[in-house]
Parts: sequence; structure tokens; C-alpha cells
Amino acid sequence: MILQEQMTIQSIREVADRIYEMVLEGNLVNEISAPGQFVHIRVNDTYEPLLRRPISIASFDRDSGRMTLLFRAEGRGTGLLAQKAPGSAVNVLGPLGNGFSPDQSEPGSTALLIGGGIGVPPLYQLSKELTARGVHCIHVLGFQSASAVFYEKEFAALGETRIVTADGTAGEQGFVTDSLRRNPVDFSAYYTCGPTPMLQAIQAAYPDKQGFLSFEQRMGCGIGACFACVCKTQDSDTRPYVKVCSDGPVFPAGVVAI
Amino acid sequence: MNRLAVELPGLSLKNPIMPASGCFGFGKEYGNLYDLSELGAIMIKATTLKSRFGNPTPRVAETAAGMLNAIGLQNPGLDKVLAEELPRLEQYDVPIIANVAGSEVEDYVQVAEHISKARNVHALELNISCPNVKCGGIAFGTDPVLAGELTAAVKAVSSVPVYVKLSPNVADITVIAKAVEAAGADGITMINTLVGMRLDRKTGRPVIANKTGGLSGPAVKPVAIRMIYEVSRAVDIPIIGMGGVSDTGDVIDFLSAGASAVAVGTANFVNPFVCPEIIRELPAVLDELGVDHITELIGRSHAL
Repeated sequence: MILQEQMTIQSIREVADRIYEMVLEGNLVNEISAPGQFVHIRVNDTYEPLLRRPISIASFDRDSGRMTLLFRAEGRGTGLLAQKAPGSAVNVLGPLGNGFSPDQSEPGSTALLIGGGIGVPPLYQLSKELTARGVHCIHVLGFQSASAVFYEKEFAALGETRIVTADGTAGEQGFVTDSLRRNPVDFSAYYTCGPTPMLQAIQAAYPDKQGFLSFEQRMGCGIGACFACVCKTQDSDTRPYVKVCSDGPVFPAGVVAI
Repeated sequence: MNRLAVELPGLSLKNPIMPASGCFGFGKEYGNLYDLSELGAIMIKATTLKSRFGNPTPRVAETAAGMLNAIGLQNPGLDKVLAEELPRLEQYDVPIIANVAGSEVEDYVQVAEHISKARNVHALELNISCPNVKCGGIAFGTDPVLAGELTAAVKAVSSVPVYVKLSPNVADITVIAKAVEAAGADGITMINTLVGMRLDRKTGRPVIANKTGGLSGPAVKPVAIRMIYEVSRAVDIPIIGMGGVSDTGDVIDFLSAGASAVAVGTANFVNPFVCPEIIRELPAVLDELGVDHITELIGRSHAL
């Protein structure tokens, strides 16, 4: 069920350059059903900024009623969110969308998790659930530079983790796809979230693998009513379009035309 | 006595609050959040004869106290709306106002004739003001002769009262209002969005793929209030007002300007529960104003 709730900020800290980790507590956490779902946050109760901000859930724990969000303070909305103090409340709508299905990977198999920039966060909860299932996870995480890298240790605790930076200041130099070309890995399914060109390159690189891609698109309502975040599909006869917010944001490879 | 009830052509509203067309889809998503029977009516998303995919993305951009959109009338087409969307809404005790759009007069006529026969469609809203499609839409809404001809053609085939949705993108909106009234319109809905543009600071290019989009949200409210004031003095048919309505205070203002009912658009995206919240809060607001029945507020601005 989708709730609108004043959630309490338990903690907030900058974990990398302009990347903030915010822990929120509330009943909404009980409703989260899959890694990769997101929440839609109203950063204040004025008309400026007017619209909500979609932010993916990086991890959650039903026992404590807490979830962790990781977001980049990019514009006015996320900038205001980054200034919130622990103990204050924030208006959250969610959980929204359909996330990843960890049960697509059999115990004992190997999953490749590929993240780009602010697309990395939802892979963290996914990796926790996959490893709990006995799936062996390999993480390839791409960032702009060393100052933008976050959660390296957290991912490393779950499995082999490769850091790739565009400027080479941390880990390997290049894009995640360069790293995977140089040092191929053997896996049965891939899960990825990041900028669309990255998703496109990954889907093209593994045409025969089972894959799941999480998309990003400008959103209005976040619940499927406004038709702002529509994408064309590859099989337009049976399903002419999908809405990223309510049909996705995660789609199996080959569904969205990219 | 229901202090919020409003009677309009074709519409017995239990309260004067309804979601505006294009901001509520066909009610499916909001129906998962609350009981749609609480609403006065529902203005469903524009329906065209054939399905439309709409415009390329990005389709929306936030602006100061508002947003631009250029969705492009995406909808599954008349047949699917009749077969799937409208029957699904029959589970609710709420009248439907079907927004009708097209490229040519014949498109509007065909959609109007069929959709007006659906059991739960109690009125039509003739969309002659969409700024985001190449053909039709706003072209009909900015020319009083075309607006009148289209209204008359639709009136001739519609089984339910016809409301015409006016565009604010004109020099004198009363000219269009009078033209559709003379052509037989039963009511007016206003305002549609104002054509606007936002540029990307880095590239200097328009953010929205369609380049221009329709501006909505609190930013447009003063324009809507002024135009409703003008039109309500110029015509004798009722007005359903919209344009930046976000709370009970806005509802009072729109009724005072001359609207008989009020539609909520962009605010649904900010708070999906905004319509039922407004409806629940209205009686207390009437008490504060010392008003017995909400209709007493209609057109207060006209008093000398």
C-alpha cells in the first residue's frame, strides 16, 4: 500500500561530494516489498519547489522501521533536503514502483550488479538480499571521480567490488563497460541502475544474458497518473509504452526501447 | 442539508471539488489511495478517437510555484476508454465528466457521440484549449467562430450537457466564452494552461522536448481568477474553475470569482490526497465565513 507519511529523520550525513545518506523512520518501511522501489519526497510545505523529488531506497529494515536513502544534492529540491536536521520530519509518499526481484537468481549462481553514480544506491539492498539467498554478487560501480565514490566498504562486505572512475582518480579508469571489457566476469544474471547511456551499453554488451535495468526519468506524480515518465517499448504492438514510475522503474532487459 | 451540494447542468455534485482532466488519469491510480466516491465529480483524461502516444520526453519541467507539461494528450483511444476505463469507474458513486479532444471537427463529434452514451458520463468537457498538440486543440479555442462551430456540432450529437474548456492564451477570453454560449454550450470550464517555456541553464535549450509546455500550478491562479471574474460577468452559463487550486482558500477564491465548482489539477501531484482533504475541510471554512451553504459564495466578487 502507498502511504503519505511524515517520517522522522534519524540521521543525515555527507558520504561523498554532495552525496547524502539520510535514515528515515516510519510505518512506510513496512510497505516496502522489493529492493529498487523509490519514495517521492516533498522537501517543504511551500510552493517552491512545488513538486516532489523521487529518490530510490538504498536499504531498509522492517524490524527497526528504518530506511536509508542516498541522494545527490543537485538542485534546489535535493539541496533543501540535504539541509534537514536529524529529528525533523519530512513528507514521504511511497513506497512506489516495482523493484528488482532477487528470486530471479538461484542460490549458488553469480549475479553481476552494475551501478553508475547516483544509480548505485538501490543495488545495495538488492545485494544484501541476493547474498542472503546465497547468490554470489560481483559489484562494478562507476563514478565521476574519487570524491564521488560512496559505499565502497559496504558493497565490499557483500562481495567482490570494483570501483571505476571516469577520471581514474579511484579504482580503474574509464566507464563500467570498459572495465567489464578488460576483465570479463562470468555470471548468470545482471542487475543495473544508472544513466540511460550506461544501461544501453550494458544491454548491448550482454544480449544473451538475463538482465534487469532500473530507469530514471523526469517524473510528475510518481504514481502513474500524469504520463510524464513514459518510455517507448521494443515490442510496440503488444505494449506501446511503459511508465517508469508505476510499471518500473525496474524492467527486464529488452522491454524498454533505449 | 448537504452544505456542499451544487447542481449544475447534468451534474448533481455532492460537493464542488473534482480532479481536473489530465492530472488524474482515468482515476485508477488515485482509486488505490482513497475512495473516489468522496469526490464531487471526476474529469477524466482527454479521450481522442484513436489512441495517442503523446510527445517525446522530457514532458514536464518544474517552474517557480508551478510546472510546465507537454504530455500531448496520450490516451488509449475511444474504444478502450469505453471498454475499460469508464466501466472500471462505475464502482464509484461519482459522476464522470469526459474530456473530449481531436484534430478535426469530425473527431470531436465521433468521440462525443459515443462517450456521452456511457452510463456514468454525466457531462462532456470539450477540450479546445490543449496547447501541446500540433493539430486541433488550442486552434479551436483561440478563434470564436471555430469554437462556436465545434460547440454546435458536438451539442448536436451529445446525449449529455456540454462544457467547453477555454484557453487563457487569448486577448479577450469573454469573446470565446460568448461564442460557445451562443452555440449552445451548457457550461464553461476554465482555465487550461498558459503556454510557457523553460530553458536549460547549461545548454540554453528548452527543457521540454516539445519546446513549449502548458504552465499550471499556483503560479497561474491570479490569471484564472481574473478570467473567471470576467467570463462569469459576460455569460449566463455556469463555470467550473481551475488553475492552481491547492487548498480550501483557493476554492473560496474561485467560487467568489464566479465559478460554481472547482477542479484541482497540479496539486494532485504534490499531495495525492488533496481533493478529499479539501472536501473534509470545507464545512469548517464555511463556518468561519459564516456561510450556511457553499453556493452563497459564488460570484461574491461581483458585488459593488
